[in-house]
Amino acid sequence: MMEEGVKKFLYVNRKAPYGTIYALEALEVVLIGAAFDQDVSLAFLDDGVFQLTRDQNTDGVGVKNFSPTFRALGDYDVNKLYVERESLEERGLTADDLQEIVYEDEDDDWAEKPSIRIISRAEMADLMHDQDVILSF
Amino acid sequence: MSTLHTVNKSPFATQSLLSCINHVKDGDAILLIEDGVYGAAAGTGVSDAVAGKAGSVKFYVLGPDLEARGIPATRLLEGVEVVDYAGFVGLAVEHDRAQAWL
Repeated sequence: MMEEGVKKFLYVNRKAPYGTIYALEALEVVLIGAAFDQDVSLAFLDDGVFQLTRDQNTDGVGVKNFSPTFRALGDYDVNKLYVERESLEERGLTADDLQEIVYEDEDDDWAEKPSIRIISRAEMADLMHDQDVILSF
Repeated sequence: MSTLHTVNKSPFATQSLLSCINHVKDGDAILLIEDGVYGAAAGTGVSDAVAGKAGSVKFYVLGPDLEARGIPATRLLEGVEVVDYAGFVGLAVEHDRAQAWL
């Protein structure tokens, strides 16, 4: 049973991390939004899956590498990061190419659990259909 | 429960329209706006994808954006309905949520 006043928010990420500002701005909004204690999920599809790849190093391009920030989301109770399997496959990626992101489950003696959940395109459509609010980036 | 999807990019520049089409549920609506209106024309490389989905999803296109680009109603795919700004608002009200495919 969801607490009263809590809505399901989905942040949809469809852009690669550094070519445009969308990905960084989405992450900023997620962090700000985390203060409002809503039921937050993040979706990564199309080029958005590139945001989560491991070993990003922006030293040579002079922009901030914000990929480590995803690993802090668990501390803000943002621990549902849904990644579309078909989008990974189309780009020659598998779940192993993504960085490890975990959260501590307070309902399970603070056990560390993975935040990234790989889902199919059909499940992604269901996820979108299940939201109160969708914010697209 | 249904969703209004908006697409504002040309389908010849990005995958937004095709990705939208691949994620809609039956009974949803897709509104083409800005450069997205190029996806409403017949005889293009994406016409089949749009026409193939038009049975289960209702397609709309924003009239002022069509006119701005000189696309006549006669060039539109069958089943695509033209709406004005008031129609856009009406669609937003009719559906439970809106999703922008940027």
